[in-house]
Amino acid sequence: MILAWILIILMAGGVLAWIAGRLNTTLPRWIALVATFACLCMTVYLWIELPASTDAVGNWIMRFQTPWIPQWGISFHLALDGLSLLMLLLTFFLGILAILTSWREIDTKVGFFHFNLLWVLAGISGVFLTMDLFLFYFFWEVMLIPMYFLIGIWGHENRTYAAYKFFIFTQASGLLMLLSILGLYFVHGYSTGVYTFNYFELVGTSFAPEVGALLMAGFLAAFLVKLPVVPFHSWLPDAHSQAPTAGSVILAGLLLKTGAYGLLRFVIPMFPDAAQAFAPWAMLLGVIGILYGAILAFSQTDLKRLVAYTSVSHMGFVILGVFAFNELALQGVIMQMITHGLSTGALFLLAGFLYDRLHTRDIRKMGGFWTSVPKMGVIALVFVMASLGLPGLGNFIAEFLTLVGSWQANNWLTVFATLGLVAATAYSLRIMQKIFLGNTANHPALADLSLRELMIAVPLVVLILWLGLYPQPVLNTARASVTEQLQAYTNPKVAEPAQAMLQTEASDSLTIHTLKGRTYEPK
Amino acid sequence: MENLLWLIPALPFAGALLLILFGRRMPRNLVAILGAGSVGISALITLLIGFQFLSARPDFYVQQVWTWFDVAGFTPGIAFHLDALSLVFVFVVTFVGFLIHVYSAGYMADEEDFARFFACMNLFVGSMLMLVLADNLLLLYLGWEGVGLCSYLLIGFWYKNPANGYAARKAFIITRVGDTAMAIGLFILFQTFGTLNIQAILSEAPQTWPIGSQMAVLVAFLLLGGAVGKSGQLPLQTWLPDAMAGPTPVSALIHAATMVTAGVYLIARTNVIFELAPAAMLAVAIIGAVTLLIAGCTALTQYDLKRVLAYSTISQIGYMFLALGVGAWSAGIFHFMIHAFFKALLFLCAGAIIIALHHEQDMRQMGGLRRALPVVFWTFLIGAASLAALPLVTAGFYSKDQILWYALAGERGNVWLYLAALVGAFITAIYTFRMVFITFYGEAKTHVSHPPGMVMVVPLIILAILSIVGGFIELPHNFAHLTLFSDLLQPVLPGIAVDETIGESEWMFQLLAAGVALVGVFLAYLFFYARRTAFEESIARSSLAMAIRQFWFSGWGFDKLYDTLFVRPFVYLANINKNDIIDSVYNGLAAFARSVNKGLSQTQSGIMRWYMMGVVVGAILILTISLLP
Repeated sequence: MILAWILIILMAGGVLAWIAGRLNTTLPRWIALVATFACLCMTVYLWIELPASTDAVGNWIMRFQTPWIPQWGISFHLALDGLSLLMLLLTFFLGILAILTSWREIDTKVGFFHFNLLWVLAGISGVFLTMDLFLFYFFWEVMLIPMYFLIGIWGHENRTYAAYKFFIFTQASGLLMLLSILGLYFVHGYSTGVYTFNYFELVGTSFAPEVGALLMAGFLAAFLVKLPVVPFHSWLPDAHSQAPTAGSVILAGLLLKTGAYGLLRFVIPMFPDAAQAFAPWAMLLGVIGILYGAILAFSQTDLKRLVAYTSVSHMGFVILGVFAFNELALQGVIMQMITHGLSTGALFLLAGFLYDRLHTRDIRKMGGFWTSVPKMGVIALVFVMASLGLPGLGNFIAEFLTLVGSWQANNWLTVFATLGLVAATAYSLRIMQKIFLGNTANHPALADLSLRELMIAVPLVVLILWLGLYPQPVLNTARASVTEQLQAYTNPKVAEPAQAMLQTEASDSLTIHTLKGRTYEPK
Repeated sequence: MENLLWLIPALPFAGALLLILFGRRMPRNLVAILGAGSVGISALITLLIGFQFLSARPDFYVQQVWTWFDVAGFTPGIAFHLDALSLVFVFVVTFVGFLIHVYSAGYMADEEDFARFFACMNLFVGSMLMLVLADNLLLLYLGWEGVGLCSYLLIGFWYKNPANGYAARKAFIITRVGDTAMAIGLFILFQTFGTLNIQAILSEAPQTWPIGSQMAVLVAFLLLGGAVGKSGQLPLQTWLPDAMAGPTPVSALIHAATMVTAGVYLIARTNVIFELAPAAMLAVAIIGAVTLLIAGCTALTQYDLKRVLAYSTISQIGYMFLALGVGAWSAGIFHFMIHAFFKALLFLCAGAIIIALHHEQDMRQMGGLRRALPVVFWTFLIGAASLAALPLVTAGFYSKDQILWYALAGERGNVWLYLAALVGAFITAIYTFRMVFITFYGEAKTHVSHPPGMVMVVPLIILAILSIVGGFIELPHNFAHLTLFSDLLQPVLPGIAVDETIGESEWMFQLLAAGVALVGVFLAYLFFYARRTAFEESIARSSLAMAIRQFWFSGWGFDKLYDTLFVRPFVYLANINKNDIIDSVYNGLAAFARSVNKGLSQTQSGIMRWYMMGVVVGAILILTISLLP
């Protein structure tokens, strides 16, 4: 029930904030903050209690199921395992930062803003929690529409274009996923007679190879666009750079992760054969994304656009790792989801701080800020280093594990992916140079970080260091889910002999037949 | 006592953390005390542990602080491994590091960002200690990248000048190229051995890979890639001369004594893998030999005092690589230690000169400093003598002589490597004393503001003493035969077999090496001290000499080559695609939809005539099609 409460609190909080917005502008902020903080507390509580409950229910820490439209096999079905728990922690943590950073930035339609913010968070949490595919699609849409408003109403100068583009890309790909979900529903229904959207029942469905590939393609469309993978990435730079700071943080930190989550939760366990056939191509797309994103990031002059392209590059590691199908790579991917959420979120927040002071995102108009804002400089340095994968910070663990894992799957692609680290160095250091170093002349002295801004930035620094030096708690939490997602890949050794036996039986009977029909030939 | 091991890297890290958090609000004295003190205490602990190590003589100490992470049986620890090899490095890093920190308190006294400087320096020392103490390659990699970061921060310390920022980024990116190769090496090692623990790999490797096996060669080359990047060896040497943009104590500590020798450490640390890969060993030796020649020639032509020293560093590390490549492991490490002493000394002297001359680095503006800065002169002279390997009295002679000898007589040595090293020694003597004569003799050209204070002088004197006596702990076996150093390293690094047929005539080669150094000094005297004769002048002024000088001066054109091969294409590619060509596909799609919309909406004109026309034309078309046979 606690899982349902999380969603209820967020959605109700959103409605409440909207109504409160009619009274004054501070109340919605506090309502949003309290609601998100409550959710964070609940999740942290679950995390601390986790070891006890893991033994009781297997991988699944907690479930909640109640029928919704029983005649179609749709139920309101939530379940929490280590992976979703980690994603929820990230969601609420970044959610709080997004609310804090909007405290001063947003001053129009404050109530409606926080309604949208909380509903995006609710949609994201729903996506991470639900184990019913119909409900999954529902939440997938819930996170899309408020986001459209966030970009379209509170965004920067080119917001309408960006909001449309975001909407069309994600909506079109989402519809393809809906087709696949329905396809899956009917295929499973035909073969078993049970028509259901329940994830746990659908996960074992077996199909003819072409059907599997086709159904997987629908899911892939949605997840690869969301992730995003080159060449489906071009909505991202526009959306990220035009969204308000909170929107960029949620987009980069959380929305992209739903794509990665979808790959892990649905594509990998449901379509093992099709996924394996597609793996080299997926990994290739990942490598192209890593390098292409990095080269584009290097040339950008709009700070938020630059960071957006670094996301494209970093998400390349995710798809590379997912399709390596081993524990090292998958743990790396999960670490990447979390650390990228933190580090890129932090970079967008910094871009917001700078925009607040300068009213520009153009890095050609910046430079030499270290002198006046050393605190901001140190924090920026930490996250610039995180984005180039400096050991000691969380992103390194993520990228190293991903690459070690993907090396075992494909050597050459891993070599090219590793070259991405050099390109990452080039664009990351460029951020530092253009903004904080260089000549200070003809720039106004800026005010250094305020207490509120420090409250936003310092926890991020602490977390990214902690994840870099002792990531074990996170890895432990994710372990059971990783093993479960990989079951279809690690077990073939068990499954194969059985299959082989069946085959030999069949061929034996076949041989007997042919022997009967033939005259016996002595050797 | 050995359970204090973790404190050695932890103290500088703690110092760095405090300085980052509170440095801006601290009084300058406290910053200096914290910065130098934390490294000083590390040095003291090193002494204690080192003393115990030398008296108990265990093979190694290991201390695991915590398990970094544990995934699918991959369990690297934050764990430290102390054996003779790491002891030597820790000793040099903490002691030379401490002296340079003390010196910096004087050198940087007028700087605005005093705390930032010491924070970065402490962070550097901590990372470097992590690198040399790591018991697994992943932790080593952490230190490896950490020192790279500090190098970046300190090269660009004076960030207001964009050129410094450029040099800093160049250093980071080029070393990262090497690091990438090294990372791939780690992937292979992990896949093969299921661990990155160095000792485990070293003991497993000979059983897994036969000598000359393809995988061993591949891994050795990849590790070598990391090593050449960090150590400024061919073909990734171009960043090191530009790194001189940083404050001089940084050049002394990072770009001479410690970080740039990390490559030497890596190769020595993984010596078993290299022994299994003879091709890689040969490559190490050749890279060393070629680098020492190329960098030596370039050093001959530079006028910036620090750039001469930078090229000299590249060249001397070339000697270390040569030693490692011919299997003279302990000779390479010995030269590392002695080089750390005299090169740090030379850089610190150069710093004292530069400060005294108001940040003038061009040697042509110097001259006659012998009288104005006597202490600096004498200590610089000692450092120079050691670098030029003047026979008998200098430490550099003993360490370099070993390398020359093994390059010829060692089982992997050959006459070509020896000749390269010998010619290199000759060039070294020339450029070293060229510096001495131009800087300290002749007439004074720039006014000397003030001689260095005690804080700066004391480290100079200590390093000068070490540059002389440091050599006496390892003497050639045909006189005195003292092998304290190689005995110490013997459990870690394999010894080297000597070709017996030339073993007899060792003294002849020693005489030759000594003679070459002295002739070099004499030549420098002729060209750069005494008035040049007409003949010498004509040589120096001939067009061939000018062309060669120009080519050498530019660092043999490597910068230009890389610029056209890599930098420009990358920047060009990035810039033409700034607006993302893929986006135009989608925009094209949108434009197409819009134009179709425009075309179709034309038909919704509201004019009855057109609608009638449409109906008639449509009817005719349908009729025609249906009447077609």
